[in-house]
Amino acid sequence: MTATEPRRAEAATGSTPGTGPTARSGGRRPRGRPAMYTTYAQDMALLNTRGKKVGLGALLVLAVLLPFVLQDDLLRLLATGCVLSIGAIGLNLVTGYAGQVSLGHAFFLGVGAYTASVVAGDPEDEEVWGLGITFLPVWLLAAGVVAAVLGLVVAPLASRLRGLYLAIVTLGLVFIGEHVFREWDSLTGGVGVGRQAAEPVLFGMDLSRRSESFSGDQQMYWLMLAMLLLFALVGRNIARSAMGRSFAAVRDRDIAAEITGVDVRRVKRRAFVVSSFYAGCAGALWYSILGFIDPSSFGLLLSVQFIAMVLIGGVATISGSIMGAFFIALLPRLTRELPAYLPFLSSSATDTPNVFQFETLLYGLLIVLFLIFEPRGLYGVWIRVRNYWKAWPFSY
Amino acid sequence: MEEVLSTLVRGLGFGSLYAMLAVSFVIIYKSSRVISFAQPAMMLAGATLVSYLAGPVGFYLAVPLAALGIAALGLGIERATIRPMIGRPVFVIAIITLGLDIAIRVVVNVFIGRDVRQVGDPWGLSTVEVLGLTVQQRYIAMIVVLVVVVAALFSFFRYSRWGLAMRAASLDQETALVQGVSVGTAMAMSWAMAGGLAAVAGAFVGTGGGVDQSTWVIALKALPAIIIGGLDSIEGAVVGGLAVGVVESFVAAYQADVAPWLGQNFSLVSPYVLLLLVLLVRPYGLFGTREVERV
Repeated sequence: MTATEPRRAEAATGSTPGTGPTARSGGRRPRGRPAMYTTYAQDMALLNTRGKKVGLGALLVLAVLLPFVLQDDLLRLLATGCVLSIGAIGLNLVTGYAGQVSLGHAFFLGVGAYTASVVAGDPEDEEVWGLGITFLPVWLLAAGVVAAVLGLVVAPLASRLRGLYLAIVTLGLVFIGEHVFREWDSLTGGVGVGRQAAEPVLFGMDLSRRSESFSGDQQMYWLMLAMLLLFALVGRNIARSAMGRSFAAVRDRDIAAEITGVDVRRVKRRAFVVSSFYAGCAGALWYSILGFIDPSSFGLLLSVQFIAMVLIGGVATISGSIMGAFFIALLPRLTRELPAYLPFLSSSATDTPNVFQFETLLYGLLIVLFLIFEPRGLYGVWIRVRNYWKAWPFSY
Repeated sequence: MEEVLSTLVRGLGFGSLYAMLAVSFVIIYKSSRVISFAQPAMMLAGATLVSYLAGPVGFYLAVPLAALGIAALGLGIERATIRPMIGRPVFVIAIITLGLDIAIRVVVNVFIGRDVRQVGDPWGLSTVEVLGLTVQQRYIAMIVVLVVVVAALFSFFRYSRWGLAMRAASLDQETALVQGVSVGTAMAMSWAMAGGLAAVAGAFVGTGGGVDQSTWVIALKALPAIIIGGLDSIEGAVVGGLAVGVVESFVAAYQADVAPWLGQNFSLVSPYVLLLLVLLVRPYGLFGTREVERV
């Protein structure tokens, strides 16, 4: 019953395992037949076509060069998009690939953000805890690990429950987490006070501050881009390895998976741990961009935003998660422009109707519309466009 | 002793609201196998509608009118977004309702505005003496409404032709179709009934304090109630709702003295803690049917 759309998505990418008797590892493709696979390894390769290799290379070059063209505020937005992508990949691993609906992503983001800020925090501060280790890899790993451990604690519930029961339990987790963040003053600073987020210090240099040649936002963008590459690569490798296949097996039919020798409990536990690790890292990095953590920001709406990223981007695809995350990250910027065209919308938060309400409305409507009309999300749109041009001029 | 009893009455009062909301979740679940996350928005919309209607027509007429209005909204939602999705994974439909909830609430919030809206109920916070115990009138009203609603629902499902049809459709849609039951109509009716119920509950949530933009959170407490009671059992929903109300009320009254380290307003999250505890012991709730797994 937890089967989701992705099987179709996989079929569309053509990753059906199956090779001829002549399969050799690392074999060459026949001359002049770039689309023909002769080995399983070729089929499962990260970039299995020339188009993907060239396209991704070009995209990366463009992404690295962007800071020389764009304004700082746009770069900040793109950096946020990179970080949200990491969180969305995490949610997609557990919800898209493993089929375990989690509405508790916001909780793990919060855990990551606070862990990082405690590890990096000022030990002299009397209000909130701090260990004073500002080196980025340390607090990033700590954030991921603490979130993963909490994921491990929640996982036994997940392995006992299925489908909607699990969704509601994770929903409860968000509310309990919100309460803890509100009340645990020595950790979070308390409501209305908050605390400083971790500073991204790498080799004695605070990347969020202006250096001699680059602005803070430029450096943060490059940092987050590198992080996104790292996490996306790991995520993609999880998805195409034995672990990812066991996720998909549990999603598509857990009993059948168990009979074929997949330990369902262990797989669900792993899915939750990996996903929480991603969420923890994303939370830590996100708030190092924002600079300040308000304890009331890890509510249900944040979880829904991540669900929206996964659904709008494409369930059980890594590239879809990234597209969805960028879409959601850039959406506020677009809606801010709206009052110029729609005079009844106000840009001030105290009037109604205002753009913030409109933005929330859009999250809701986009989720509904994508699910009804394009269940494969932006990824599916991309596949359709690609197939159209593949067959051009004989497309119909 | 008196304090314990009045805490109990307050718990039963709010518990009746949770029970009503929980029943509305269960009705939808039984017909569509889906938890409708849109119920909080329906409740909020119902309460807001009552607050607008109470002025011109009075509270007693406003509640049934609002229930009808929200039932119509439920019908529309079912027709526009749920019917096209029949046969798709339940998770997808559940997420659609989540999206709907957000969208509807934004629209309703525009009508609520930034202030608290009064629903114009005749009770307010006034109290009455019952068997030597001072209780707020609104709690009694809530309990009475729950009893009436549940009795009406039970007799509807048991004795009426359409109730029978809905029960048949929820047991096995194909067999029901073969027997001449219009499954589509049964589903539409269940969404309409759930909308109406949520609106009534919303009206009573607004008694005493009024309605504001954050009132919707209350409806989510029905989720622990239905999980505790089991997703597919109306009796379970009622028991679960009352249990959640009573637990919340007692935690609110005593937690500050017994366990101050849990922080202020712990009572608001206590239903979710209760939910986790129950599910650790009984994964299908107290009254829920265990899923039979066929290979």
